[in-house]
Order: sequence, then structure tokens, then C-alpha cells
Amino acid sequence: MEKRKENRTRGALKRISGPVVTAVGLDAHMYDVVKVGNEELMGEVIKIQGENVIIQVYEDTAGIRPGEPVENTGLSLSVELGPGLLTSIYDGIQRPLEVLVNTMGNFIERGVSAPGLSHEKKWEFAPTVKKGDEVRGGDIIGTVQETNIVHKVMVPPTMKGGKVREIRAGKFTIDETICVLEDGSEITMLQRWPVRVPRPVKEKLNPDVPLITGQRILDGLFPIAKGGTAAIPGPFGSGKTVTQQQLAKWSDAEIVVYIGCGERGNEMTEVLTEFPELEDPKTGKPLMERTVLIANTSNMPVAAREASVYTGITIAEYFRDMGYDVSLMADSTSRWAEAMREISSRLEEMPGEEGYPAYLAARLSEFYERAGRVINLNGTDGSVSVIGAVSPPGGDFSEPVTQNTLRIVKVFWALDAKLSQRRHFPAINWLDSYSLYLDRLSEWYDQEVSPEWNPLRTWAMGILQKEAELQEIVQLVGSDALPDEEQITIEVARMIREVFLQQNAYDPVDTFCPMDKQYDMMRAIKHYADLARSAQAAGATPQQIISMKSKNELPQIKFIRDYKPELEKILKDMEAEFEALRAV
Amino acid sequence: MKEYRTVTQIAGPLVFVEKTEPVGYGELVNIITADGTIKRGQVLDTSDEIVVVQVFEATAGIGRDSGIRFTGETIKMPVGRDMLGRILSGGGKPIDGGPEIVPEKRLDITGAAINPYARSSPEDFIQTGISTIDGMNTLVRGQKLPIFSASGLPHNDVALQIARQAKVPGSKEEFAVVFAAMGITREEANYFMADFEKTGALERSVVFLNLADDPAVERTITPRLALTTAEYLAFDLGYHVLVILTDMTNYCEALRQIGAAREEVPGRRGYPGYMYTDLASIYERAGIIKGVRGSVTQIPILTMPGDDITHPIPDLTGYITEGQIVVSRDLHRKGIYPPINVLPSLSRLMNLGIGEGHTREDHKKVSDQLYAAYAEGNDLRGLVAIVGKDALSERDRMFLEFADLFEDRFVRQGLYEDRSIEETLDLGWELLATLPEEQLVRIDRALIQKYHPKYRKKAEG
Repeated sequence: MEKRKENRTRGALKRISGPVVTAVGLDAHMYDVVKVGNEELMGEVIKIQGENVIIQVYEDTAGIRPGEPVENTGLSLSVELGPGLLTSIYDGIQRPLEVLVNTMGNFIERGVSAPGLSHEKKWEFAPTVKKGDEVRGGDIIGTVQETNIVHKVMVPPTMKGGKVREIRAGKFTIDETICVLEDGSEITMLQRWPVRVPRPVKEKLNPDVPLITGQRILDGLFPIAKGGTAAIPGPFGSGKTVTQQQLAKWSDAEIVVYIGCGERGNEMTEVLTEFPELEDPKTGKPLMERTVLIANTSNMPVAAREASVYTGITIAEYFRDMGYDVSLMADSTSRWAEAMREISSRLEEMPGEEGYPAYLAARLSEFYERAGRVINLNGTDGSVSVIGAVSPPGGDFSEPVTQNTLRIVKVFWALDAKLSQRRHFPAINWLDSYSLYLDRLSEWYDQEVSPEWNPLRTWAMGILQKEAELQEIVQLVGSDALPDEEQITIEVARMIREVFLQQNAYDPVDTFCPMDKQYDMMRAIKHYADLARSAQAAGATPQQIISMKSKNELPQIKFIRDYKPELEKILKDMEAEFEALRAV
Repeated sequence: MKEYRTVTQIAGPLVFVEKTEPVGYGELVNIITADGTIKRGQVLDTSDEIVVVQVFEATAGIGRDSGIRFTGETIKMPVGRDMLGRILSGGGKPIDGGPEIVPEKRLDITGAAINPYARSSPEDFIQTGISTIDGMNTLVRGQKLPIFSASGLPHNDVALQIARQAKVPGSKEEFAVVFAAMGITREEANYFMADFEKTGALERSVVFLNLADDPAVERTITPRLALTTAEYLAFDLGYHVLVILTDMTNYCEALRQIGAAREEVPGRRGYPGYMYTDLASIYERAGIIKGVRGSVTQIPILTMPGDDITHPIPDLTGYITEGQIVVSRDLHRKGIYPPINVLPSLSRLMNLGIGEGHTREDHKKVSDQLYAAYAEGNDLRGLVAIVGKDALSERDRMFLEFADLFEDRFVRQGLYEDRSIEETLDLGWELLATLPEEQLVRIDRALIQKYHPKYRKKAEG
């Protein structure tokens, strides 16, 4: 209980320096949300130093003067969780951008607050528990059809629970009581949760199912597990954002949270216009219906950018608690780290490497640790997969954000500017990238794709590895100087690169490649390689083998939806060509 | 308005003032020197003890006896319809001998972020008449596409050619041009002005000039004045505005100078840690708003120190802008104009503005194929240097020749040569036709049948 004689919830500003302000005469705790100045700008306490309370402000502070009031709300920075999250687009502190357009026009002005969810809209609530049932924190007590997704209404995890005294069915706003427990506690569809605190789970599990993304190089060579973590570092123009968007579009998660953290406004617009038109390949429903967007573009306030990743992951955890597989894309975590750096330097903290605060590594690992496959408090299992883009300055992977991220994440998709300049997309370097989930996922591939898949993958990686070695020799002596069988290796590697690895995100068919098609494509290349080897053993020259016409048709398979007849025809032609070769 | 004479310290462009009444962060400040000159500055840090003012002009003449007046408001830009055709200083004052601007509005120069929800997706193809841009790095309305150059390269000619030729085919709306010079020489400025006057572009332009000998700190507000004007022309008056900012490198140097004077913890190479955010507050002021007629398209120009694309200035810029056009010293040495190297160049919004209904259905695939073929040919040049041409396979030799042909025919064009997009694409096909048809793996069969010169001739003949 409060022992203080007087509770000073109002203080005064003493100093303003950009997004960081100092207040005095205020009782505050770390991460309390405060209202700053006459315009009541939203801020958060980030440091307490004697009488001085240091606050980061989520809005522009121009014109604010010393002496203006500061009020402590006593709450930590929280998000509103409940029906209405899906299809929304928020800024970094969960203000719905659509509502902001209506209240303050096309530009983001300051001093406007808007709740994250609509408090007027009524939702049809269908209970799944009845009077007398025992419920505890986290348990599901009913459902709401939110979009095509069923929103499960849960007892807040912090609530002790008890017997249900009353449960109501029908249309309610998120503020209306839908359930009363024996001890008199009332439950609504709305939960508030402080963003910097992970939502509790019963148990963390090991991930053993891949997140299928429809991207060949990812699913085929470097898969991420559901509940896993991945990083996509790359210099500008290497395709981070396109890759992130492809994952947001096609990954087989049930819920997608996409955080545009300090990135371009036009890119978010692209997502906003494109997603409602795209269909989920599984359900046929618009992708937007399973998506929550957070857009804190680079020119929006830097403190809100810092908060945006926490807002995003809290929403992701909330859907996980319902038993869903959620994937979260953060583009870009470097901008988040830079926001930390900017605020840290305004606090005049002692900097670590390259001016980043010394707690950078700790913050990054705390964030990625909120990913995982779990058993929820209510016994369902769900997952949050986190895929973070990293934007290393100058494309140099040795910089602190990339390095600290790589120490934590299990999958590394290395983007390569050289590949993107050659228009090899996705420009993911197959030699530098890795996935530490391969072993754990191999069983899934054996059962769901084919027992042949894992050996096929190993074979392809071997060829690509070999090609890299051979290319070094070719650089010195030219390709004609290679032994015959190596010339064929080079040709097969070229086919793996051009047929399998290259994928066109803008082609309506090739943008998403199902796992069985990936398997068929790789098998066709292997088939050519096998035929080539035996033809060569029988005396055919590399020139004869490489100049075969039928294999040049293979890339066309990518653009055909019902590819099987065409593929069969190509394979048949291929065999005929080799047969003819043998006859000569 | 109260005048303080409590200056305690002057360091670089910063003036420290004591014992003031509460002063707002970001407020505009007038400093009156002993001889009565008024200099302008802005509050960078404010507390009840000390206020830090950043002076936009030279600090010569400022002393402890100078008077300080806080204006009580942030920096505003007076804007009006009659700004078109005017030449203003880097601080926004007319320097063409004409009358003062009659303000219709006074706007805050920092601007506010466009709500991403209010943005409309950029998709109107802008034809610049330059093949390497239109064909392979297409500019669209509302985009920010910088030119990465280096000292001694003809980036100004490229920028002028774009300003001269830019149009949206089939649309009658004209561009207004806002030109902001930061720290460029008088000579360069004259070059731009002469071209604007010659082509009649001046009357639809607003020019801001901060020249090399103008105060460096003033450079930090010049692009903001220019963009405030551009936003007014675009979103209030409905113009399609093309903003040229040159040279952003000088802007960043000024930023570093202020950071050093404030004794801030520096980020990479001494540039402030907040440079990304600061640059974003400039570059992000481009775009289109739903239901509003005009648009702001930005072409910032920067010179890469030491031709280094990983230097913080081009690096941070590239992370914010929607692509980049890279001017290459190698091509320039070969005597090719415009020396645009398409390989490191990129337009991120290209796919929104090309294809059927925008340019032509084959645009994307032709562009991809040209890229791939040129990249391959270019790689082979390194090999030839070591093993000689004879060691190459026949296929390799064809790609090598393609690369030369590409630079000579597709990249090279005249300073006043304005190619339509059809001409550009047909030229692309003509070059691709020098390669065997089965090497065109990035183009589907149907398009080859329709556009490949071989079949076209047949169809026509």
C-alpha cells in the first residue's frame, strides 16, 4: 500500500532537448506513462535521477517550454487487446492510423490520442463455458467471429479465476461485462497489457514444424520453424523488404503482425493497398483479414519507433495465447536499435560500440526470446515466429546490431547486394545463409514431403558448394580448362540457381511455390544431373550435354500453375535427347 | 518582445543564453549584434537555467553584449502562389531583386509526417527520356529517387535533363520545380539558373540558393524551406512538384558540424547518431495523398566522398529513399553520357509504375533480361583481363559483346535526346536480339513472339 504522505502526480518541466524532457516535482516509477505539457503529449519515464524524472516523448516537442505541467498516469505503456485488432493499422503506440486521418487529417499532428480498439462497435459474443464452470487466468470463455478468424475471448492471465456465476451471450462492446465470477470479478472482451512485459505461458516447447513460406530458397534450403527466430540482414536495395513482405503474404501462419519500424511511408501504403487484394492460398480469404500492421515510418517520432516492436510482439503473443501460429515481421530492427541509440545519447549515457547503448544486446535478446512455440495457460499450443530485418550500415555484417542479432537467432538469411545487382532474386546468398532448425525439421520433411527430400537438399547444397570452389578456378583459367565432369557440375549448379533459387515475387504463379512443386523441380534438376553423368561416362562431351535444348524449358515451369503435364513433357524430351546422344 | 543580454558562451554556431523566462523548444530566435544586424537562430535545448541557440548565419559580430529575442514561435515559412518564378536565399529571403513574397499562409518548416494511411500508392510513370532511368530504374510520381554521384561527374547535367524532359505521357499537367541548392558554388548555381532561364523552366520554378560561401548552418533549413514550399504547391495548389536537392553531402556536413559543436556522442565517421532520423524527416516528405490532386517527387543529389557507396551519407540515404541512380566514373571515363551504371542503380517503386496500363506489358521482363545479360557480360570483363578473349566460350563472348553494345547504344544518349518509353524498350529488344533466343530465359515465350525483332519483322513483312 502507498505509504507516501502526498502523491505528487503533477510536476513541471525543467528541460526540453528534442524527444527527451526532464520533469521535477513528480513521483514516478520507471516506464510510467506521463502526459507532457499543455498539449498533453504522451511520454514514458525512462530514467529517474534524484528529483529529476527523465521522459521520452512519443510526439514532436517543438514549442514546449520549461514550466509546463507534467502529469503521471501511473500506468505503464500498454496496448488494448480484444476484437478489432485484425485488419488494423497502428502507429508505434497503437493509435489507429485510420482514426487519426479522420480526426486530424492527412498529416500526423501531435497531442491527439485515440484508443487502439473501437469502444463503440458491438461484437457477437458466443460463450464456450457455462455457469458453474471453473475458469482460471488465460482460459477461453467464448468466441467472436472477428474476420474469417475466430477471436477467442480469454480470462486475463493476471486474474485468479474461479467459478462462473454468470455468462452472457449476444452483442457487446469490448467494455461491457460478459462474464461474472463467483468472487464478483467481471470480465470484458478487452484486456490491457504492458508492452514491455512478456505475456505468461505454461511451457515453452521445441519447434519441430517448419513455417512454410512458399519461397523455394527458404523452405527448401534454409527453413525456419514455427516459433523460431530468423534475421535477414542486407545492404539497401538487396531486397529485405520484398522478402519480408513475401513472408507476410505467404507464410502459413494463421495471424501475421507486420511492423514497419522506421521505414518508408510509401512501402506501408503498398502493403495497405496490396494485402486486401491478395488471397490466402489456404483459405481463399483476403490476406488482410489475418493481418495487423504497425507503421511507424522513419519520420514519425523516434520514441514511438522504439515502442513499436514491443507493441507488435505483445499483439502477437495475445493471438498466440488463443492457440494460433503467429508470425511477426519487424522491418527493420536496425531502426529500432538506432532509436535506442538516439535516446541513449540524449540521456548522455556512456556509449558502447558505435555509439549504441551498452544494453543493446540485452534488449535484442529479450525481444527475440518472446518468440517460441508454447503451451498456453489454457492448454492450447501456439507459436510466435519472429523474423527481423537488419540494415547494416554499408552492408557490413560485422556491425553491432547484426552481430548481436546473429548471436540470438537460429536462422540467418544473408542478403547479398551482388546477387541483387544481377537481378538474382530473392538475393539470399546460399553459401553464407544457414538454418539451425534443419535437424529438428528433417522428420517433418520425411513425412510430409518425401523421404527423398532431405538427401536431395544435401545433394543440391553440395553442388552449390562445389560450384563456388570451381568458380575460383574458372576466374583464373577460364571454364574450358576445367575437367569434363566439373563442367557439368557448373552447368547443374547454374540450373539450381536459375530454376530453383531464383523466384519472381511479382509473377502471379511463381510468387508462391508449394512444397511439392519445390520437390518436383529439384528432382527434375537431379534427374538431368544423373542422366548427364551417365552420358558423360558413356563418352559424350560436356558440350553435347550442356547444349541440350529440353532443359532450357525447365524455368518455364515456374510460371505455370498446373505444371505437371509440362514438366512430364520436358522430362520425356530430356530422356529422348539423351537417348539420341547415346545412339550417336 | 523582451531582449536578453545574458549570453554566457559562444561555441561554433551555438550561443548559450542564461536566466531567461521559459523558452519553447525549437523556437525561432533573433540575435541583435552591436551594429544592429539581426541574425536568426533556433532553440536546440531549453531549460530554466540555460538555453542553447543554434545560429543559422555566421556568428561573426555576436558577443556577450548581443541582444537575444525569443519570438515565441517555431520557424515558419511564408508561402504564396506568387513564389513561382522566384529566387530565394537559403534562408528563404528573395534575392532576385523582386518584391517580398505575399504570404497566403505561414507554414511550420519541419512539416508533419504524412499519415501512412492517407498516402496513395505512387504508380504514375514519369518519362524522363533517359533510357537507363525509364527502361530500367523507372521513376514514378511521389517517389524519392536520389542521384548518387561523386565529384567531377556530370550529375548536374543528368538532373537538368530530368527536370527538362520529365513528363507523364498522355497527361497535360505540368510539373512545377522546386530547386534547393546547398553549399554548391556560384558557378554551378549559374549553370542551373542559365538552363532554367533558357528552357523557360524558371517561371514554373522556385529556387532556393545556399551557396558555398553562405553559412553552413543555414543549409540545415534550406531543404526544409524548399519542401514546405513544395508541399504547399502540391497539396494546396494541386501542382505536381519535382524537388531537386543538391548537394545533400553538404547538408550532412553541416549536420556534423553542429553535432560536434554540441559535443554530442558521434555515430559512424563523426556524423550524428540521429542522422538517419534527420535525413528521413527530409526524404519522407515526398508522396501522394489520397483524394488530393498534387504530388511531391524528390530527386536529391549527393556526391559520395571518395566514390564510396558505403559512406554514411549515401548509405543512410539509400536506406530511406526508394532506390538510387548511380553515376559511374568508369562510364564517364569511357566518354559515355549519361554515365549511369544500371547495376547498382535501383528504383523500388518501378514495378508499381510499369507494365500494361502504365508503360508496356513487356517492360518488366525486358528490363530484367537486360540487367541479367549486362551483369553477366560485365563480370566477364574481369575474366578477359586475366585469361584473354580466346579462352572464353562462344556463349561468353556473346555476352561480352552485349555489354559493350549495351553501354554504347542503350546507356549513351545525347544531352537533349528525349527517348519515349517505346523507343527505349524497342532499343532494348534490338540489343537482346543479338543474343541467341534461348538465352532470353527471363522473358516468357509469348512476349518473345510478340516483341522480338525477328518475329516482328515477320509479322510486318
